[in-house]
Amino acid sequence: MSDQLKKKIVKEIKVDLDKCIGCRACEVACSGFHATPKYSSFNPSRSRIRVVTDMLNDVYVPVRAGEYTSAECTGRHSFKIDGKQYSECSFCPTSCPARDLFKEPDSGLPLKCDMCEDIPPLSEPMCVQVCRPGALTYEERVEYRDETPSLGEMEIGLQALVDKHGMQKVLDSFARMSKKG
Amino acid sequence: MRYAETGFNLEVDLSSGSVKRVATDQKLTELHLGGQGTAAKILWDSVSPEVEPLSPENILIFSTGLLHGTPIPGANRTSVSTFSPLTNLYVNSLMGGWFGPELKHAGYDKIVVRGKAAGLVYLYIHNDNVELRDAAHLQGKGCQETAALIQQELKDQKIQVAAIGLAGENLVNMATIEHANSSASRHGVGAVMGSKRLKAIAVRGTKDINVAQPAELWEMCNKKYQEIYDNKNCGDPMAHDHNESFHVDNFAWGNARTRRQGYWNKEREEKWVAKWKQVRTRDNGCYNCPKDCHYSISYPGRQKYFLKCFNKLTYSMAAFEEIDFNYDILGLTSAYGLDGFSTPQVLAFAVELYEAGILTDKELPEFPSDGAARFFYLLEKVVRREGIGDVLANGVYSAARQIGNGAEAFDHNTTKKVEQVPLKLGVINYPFFLMYCTGEKMNITQIEGSFPQAPIADAEKRKKFVENWDAAPERFKKWYLEWEPRQHMPIEASVNVCDWNEAMHYVDDALGTCAWLSSFRGQFGGSPPYHLFNLPKFISLATGVDLDPDGLLEISRRNRNLVRALNIRRGLRRDVEKPPEDHWKKRDPEMEQKHLDAYYDFKGWTNDGIPTRDTLGELGLDYVSEDFIQRRILTADDGTSSRETSAGNV
Repeated sequence: MSDQLKKKIVKEIKVDLDKCIGCRACEVACSGFHATPKYSSFNPSRSRIRVVTDMLNDVYVPVRAGEYTSAECTGRHSFKIDGKQYSECSFCPTSCPARDLFKEPDSGLPLKCDMCEDIPPLSEPMCVQVCRPGALTYEERVEYRDETPSLGEMEIGLQALVDKHGMQKVLDSFARMSKKG
Repeated sequence: MRYAETGFNLEVDLSSGSVKRVATDQKLTELHLGGQGTAAKILWDSVSPEVEPLSPENILIFSTGLLHGTPIPGANRTSVSTFSPLTNLYVNSLMGGWFGPELKHAGYDKIVVRGKAAGLVYLYIHNDNVELRDAAHLQGKGCQETAALIQQELKDQKIQVAAIGLAGENLVNMATIEHANSSASRHGVGAVMGSKRLKAIAVRGTKDINVAQPAELWEMCNKKYQEIYDNKNCGDPMAHDHNESFHVDNFAWGNARTRRQGYWNKEREEKWVAKWKQVRTRDNGCYNCPKDCHYSISYPGRQKYFLKCFNKLTYSMAAFEEIDFNYDILGLTSAYGLDGFSTPQVLAFAVELYEAGILTDKELPEFPSDGAARFFYLLEKVVRREGIGDVLANGVYSAARQIGNGAEAFDHNTTKKVEQVPLKLGVINYPFFLMYCTGEKMNITQIEGSFPQAPIADAEKRKKFVENWDAAPERFKKWYLEWEPRQHMPIEASVNVCDWNEAMHYVDDALGTCAWLSSFRGQFGGSPPYHLFNLPKFISLATGVDLDPDGLLEISRRNRNLVRALNIRRGLRRDVEKPPEDHWKKRDPEMEQKHLDAYYDFKGWTNDGIPTRDTLGELGLDYVSEDFIQRRILTADDGTSSRETSAGNV
């Protein structure tokens, strides 16, 4: 079995909320690293890591930009941790319509953390490098995953469409979409 | 393209309700850098010396530093420059936090506020959208609450707010402008904001700031984070040190009167640390700086607030109370927006007047008997300007004269009408004498800082110190090596020390770099992360303006003389340039005046402290000397002081 598993290096940034001092150096560094040319301009609004703060209530959460979604979630949680109130948004990495976090300020296009992929690779993502108080630390770990594609799930989806619209309509749509490329 | 700065100021006229985005002249950046340097130029050009500080004609300027918004760590101090109702002179008060960088990202280097709104308003800046909004619902609200309400109202937690509290609204001369974990606290800048009926400024910015030499600048900055974090001689050690003996045993308690040597002991330390553990929630930093010099406090029954610097002790010491009282009353004064240096002294001054029978039960009906209750009682009167509080709210100097009946004798700790640090020492120290006399900021912590306060007794250690002293120009190394305990340095050395100490503050105040990383910290350990010899490179890489240490000093000198000129035009002269009468027990009036003569001479000022025509000319400030000549402050022929106008009346 194990010979079918693929070795993966998972890059991880660990966050220690207690160590964050709210300085936002991570935002400065991220925006500079991703500027063109590199480090030519700085703008926390373009950063793919943001520190969500409510300082007087002692909420400091560095959160990294993840996937884009076109729909905001419903029924958000609110968490109470060590007596402090956090909204689910405080931890959420999604670029979503409910907030302006993780969107390019000019275009509104979504931003996503790429762990500062570079040639040659950085020793650590830039946000971690500048976080001297140690709220952000970088780790790599190895995972083995079975990545054999499973067609079953797609077929379930297609069958649902056929059931609803009929085979011909689905085929027509599929043909039209293929032409568009 | 402009690097490091935006090239635009936001001009707001509250009387007419107009806002304008005005392009600035890059030449002024080369002459003054930014921050208070360019602010002083605006004040010189736009506010005539007759203007009353609390009148609509006065201008209130919020300046970013030249390096705000660049990646240079610790560039985050915002300058608030205006004319002070406390002194009737120029004031430049600074606050840390996030305000300046956010303003720059909104596309402005400065906000220049003039006029007076019809009702209470706040200014909301979101990039190019700027609006004045009604603030009637915020009237009387605390500074921190105001910020939270504005963020809620505008549905954006990332908005940075600078706000006044009740003290600013009521034009109290100790009123601050509070922002996040910081405040611009000096000389009543909050009252000027209150006089304009401006409750708050809320800023949100999402624009880029460009730098001239990206790769090289970033490499230097990336190293600097680590260096600043590791450097124990920078940042605010008071935020982390629980041994308070230096301050409580050596600084004076009450109305700057009583030294309590031996007050500090193990048992007290344990009690104070236990209290700190109970109320302190977290240490935090300012924008893009790895130091955590501020901390949040949650005191039962009070609103939460941030604590910083010497504020941790001032109220307790002024009221002769234990530390619990300090945490308690700061919950109120932070909300009211009151300066933690001057306010405790004003309250202690009132207590002394009561003890002396100058203030009586008539002015202070049902005045409590213990220190804490008295302070709470007086605080409410002052912040509301009720009864005698209306007089005390003007500060010790003016209150003493208004009360009269011998009260003047109790005003023993002010210079130029400003309450000084409560410090009473033995033998005069000439560099400090000069700093107290001539500093335009009037607060010693804003003037001292690069040259150590005292010599090192051990010659070997002294040598070692000097060897590692990269921040110091060569001549200071020699003077320090030769400085033996209980000796005075030569006059020339004292003059240079005063000048260098002050010059570095003028550098910081133009760049927006924090004094804890630079101008204030060199005196302790001699290794500030930023100094005369490494800042020019940072500035050049960020801005594209070529600069070396001499060039930086020249700009500092230009800004220094322009600030001097603002005050000279408002009447400042030699006659008020003196330290608090009893600051030192052992004085030497003749030697003191020799030092002052030498200092004025070194600065290129007349015997009366006025920059000469030659001095101003060398700095490209001919327009200042022309104005001085027109006003007969200087004479036309030789550029020296015209004696008949030298009396001065500040």
